[in-house]
Amino acid sequence: MSLLVLGMVSCEKVLPGGPVDNELLDGPMSGLTIEQQNLFLKGDEAFGEIYTVEKGLGPTFVATSCSSCHTGDGKGHPNKALIRFGQSDHTGNQFLHLGGPQLQNRSIPGYAPEELPAGAPQAKLLAPATVGLGLLDAVSDETLIAMSDPSDLNNDGVSGKVAWTEIPDYVQLRPGAIENEGKYISRFGKKAAAYNILHQVSKALNQDIGITSVYEPIDPYSGMEIDPEIETVKIHHLVSYLKTVKAPTQRDENNPDVLAGEELFNTIGCANCHMPSLTTGYSPIAALSEKTFHPYTDLLLHDLGPSFDDGYTEGAAERSEWRTPPLWGLGLVKDAQGGDYYLLHDGRAHSIEEAIQSHGGEAENANSNFSSLSEEEKGQLISFLESL
Amino acid sequence: MMKTSIYTFKIKLFAIALLMSAFATAQDNSDSTIASLNMDAVYERPFITQGKLPVAIGGYLEANMIYAGEEGVNEGLSFQARRLTMFMSSSFGKNLSFLSEIEFEEGGHEINIEFAAMDWYINSGLKFRGGIIMNPIGAFNQNHDGPNWEFIERPNSATQLLPATWSNAGFGLHGKFFKKGWTLGYEAYLTNGFDNSIIDNEEHKTFLAASKDNSERFEESSNGKSLFTGKLALKHPKYGELGFSYMGGVYNKFEEEGLTLDQERSLSVYAIDFNTEIKRTGTRFIGEFAWVEVDVPDTYLQEYGERQFGGFLDIIQPVYTGKVMDWNKAVINIAARFDYVDWNDGTIIETGGNIGDELIAFTPAISLRPTKQTVFRANYRYQIQNDFLDNPGAKSAAWMLGFSTYF
Repeated sequence: MSLLVLGMVSCEKVLPGGPVDNELLDGPMSGLTIEQQNLFLKGDEAFGEIYTVEKGLGPTFVATSCSSCHTGDGKGHPNKALIRFGQSDHTGNQFLHLGGPQLQNRSIPGYAPEELPAGAPQAKLLAPATVGLGLLDAVSDETLIAMSDPSDLNNDGVSGKVAWTEIPDYVQLRPGAIENEGKYISRFGKKAAAYNILHQVSKALNQDIGITSVYEPIDPYSGMEIDPEIETVKIHHLVSYLKTVKAPTQRDENNPDVLAGEELFNTIGCANCHMPSLTTGYSPIAALSEKTFHPYTDLLLHDLGPSFDDGYTEGAAERSEWRTPPLWGLGLVKDAQGGDYYLLHDGRAHSIEEAIQSHGGEAENANSNFSSLSEEEKGQLISFLESL
Repeated sequence: MMKTSIYTFKIKLFAIALLMSAFATAQDNSDSTIASLNMDAVYERPFITQGKLPVAIGGYLEANMIYAGEEGVNEGLSFQARRLTMFMSSSFGKNLSFLSEIEFEEGGHEINIEFAAMDWYINSGLKFRGGIIMNPIGAFNQNHDGPNWEFIERPNSATQLLPATWSNAGFGLHGKFFKKGWTLGYEAYLTNGFDNSIIDNEEHKTFLAASKDNSERFEESSNGKSLFTGKLALKHPKYGELGFSYMGGVYNKFEEEGLTLDQERSLSVYAIDFNTEIKRTGTRFIGEFAWVEVDVPDTYLQEYGERQFGGFLDIIQPVYTGKVMDWNKAVINIAARFDYVDWNDGTIIETGGNIGDELIAFTPAISLRPTKQTVFRANYRYQIQNDFLDNPGAKSAAWMLGFSTYF
């Protein structure tokens, strides 16, 4: 018997191996303490938790768990697209009394899902990947302001502005937070309307799953304040988890095509917004503190032209303004989207090339430069982007 | 439309059962025991009796060790005491018998009365049964005792598609007919049934087994509607046994205190099962396949599928019969199992892409049966499971070594 047990244990080689670390989006970042790893595991479990009617799901909702929109911590799929509606300018959301700002387009049995009010401005949004968020969160406000150029003083056609927004009381300011007339710099969400991860998580639980919390106590179905449907500590576990999900690391970085593509990425102007490197400020999590990393975003709002004007906006963004999405993990997105690409904020682009060619506004020059590349150069640029 | 067809189907099946039982009352019942079917599995167990006590008892125990890993993450070595099951049967009065099966799973983490029913024997073609009944859907649900199988894990389609050891309070009738070596068996029961949890559960899929957590089904129906389960099985010693079964009804709570909560939503399960043996080589084939249809609200998530399919096929080949250590009639088998479950057959509405949510597994095995009542098993199981979006599947595998024995 002992020999058989030994035989089983020694047969580890026939157990399936996993993908190498840089081929997976999910997983903890390196350098976490034991305590932080414990919190990561608890948050990971909370991220995958399925909400049922008994747990407070809905009654109207979009999804039943965090992971159903962010499969494998990756970018969302059109099957779980969100519809936000009701606001077209800075006068605020005019449809809050009709269910805004988000359409809960599904419902538990016996309830009717929410319907889009007639005439409401709207935008379809796919969930972003939830990787490296702790690093993005730890970049100082000062850094973002330094990158912004709202008046395009350098005349490169790219402005970029920080998203000054009003933030809820429960949000704790990050170290060195800068205030401007009672507003602070938000950086999460397609329109940079969420200040930090706690803000984003609390809103998503509420608007996506219909779960109230001490932070977001209003039930989106009834519009009434109700008891929290999730323990506060579980929200904190989610925040801990999302702060410490690793950042994607580049693959094939020494491939000549990838290297050539990287050079093109910088020269044709992509890097003006998709900033290759950022550095964090202080963070109580040592693995996040004062680190240089490579997200390919500047976390600023940019005007991408008429084709990106969906008629809807939120936070400080104009209708055609969107926060630069990080490009890290772009080559792994397909493995979380069922094998196909659904790129840009609403998944309209089905290839990287199509996504590039959709860019307008401040990215018009970069798009033109891309169009003028030879097919070989385009291939090199795409090889680089797929290596991220 | 779906609801109407289900009721029509149920009525037809029940009518067939009643006709058969009527015929049975007129037939010669001199021969009732020579051919056992899968449906007899609950009684085809080794029991111990003491003196003239009218009660017989028995049971089985199964335990194993498992060394598993998934996607490169080694889960290490674990020991599992999967289940201890106790049977008790008795015959009392003329033509009345009782049998119960109580199962303790995972060291008492779950305690279930899986079967506790009284049979009233009219003749071989007509027996009434009432109590806690094991719904005769497929074959494994009624014939699930560990010692009968060469594999430590139960078939995925029996546990993850159909609810293995699915039993309910209810009544019905069953019987067998014999002609020229053929045996035809039938069963027809009305029982309590499923509830909303099959589409409101933490599995994130339509999951019939979720209703097993509702112990109130032994006390009352969740919706006042009965679940019909019927089966026809045909067997010939030369060819084997073939069974067709159906289970269906309204699963959801659609009204309470006269108020409407939802429309009535139906569930239908169709299953085919078989077992046969090539006499010349002793090779046995055991299989079961099931199709599930569930009326899921249009406003609900697509993850909760309306159509499901799954099944398993076991192939067992004795390779040695004779003395092994102190056992003179030991048998060594090699075997293999193929598992497949598709929890959600369809395409994603928004993109037209294939819905994944599938599992495929292969399990080669070696078993030693020192006696008919005991089996030692060594299994290696390899599995690939895809998610709803059909992303690259998660690969897992496990070595398992264990035993299962009647006592």
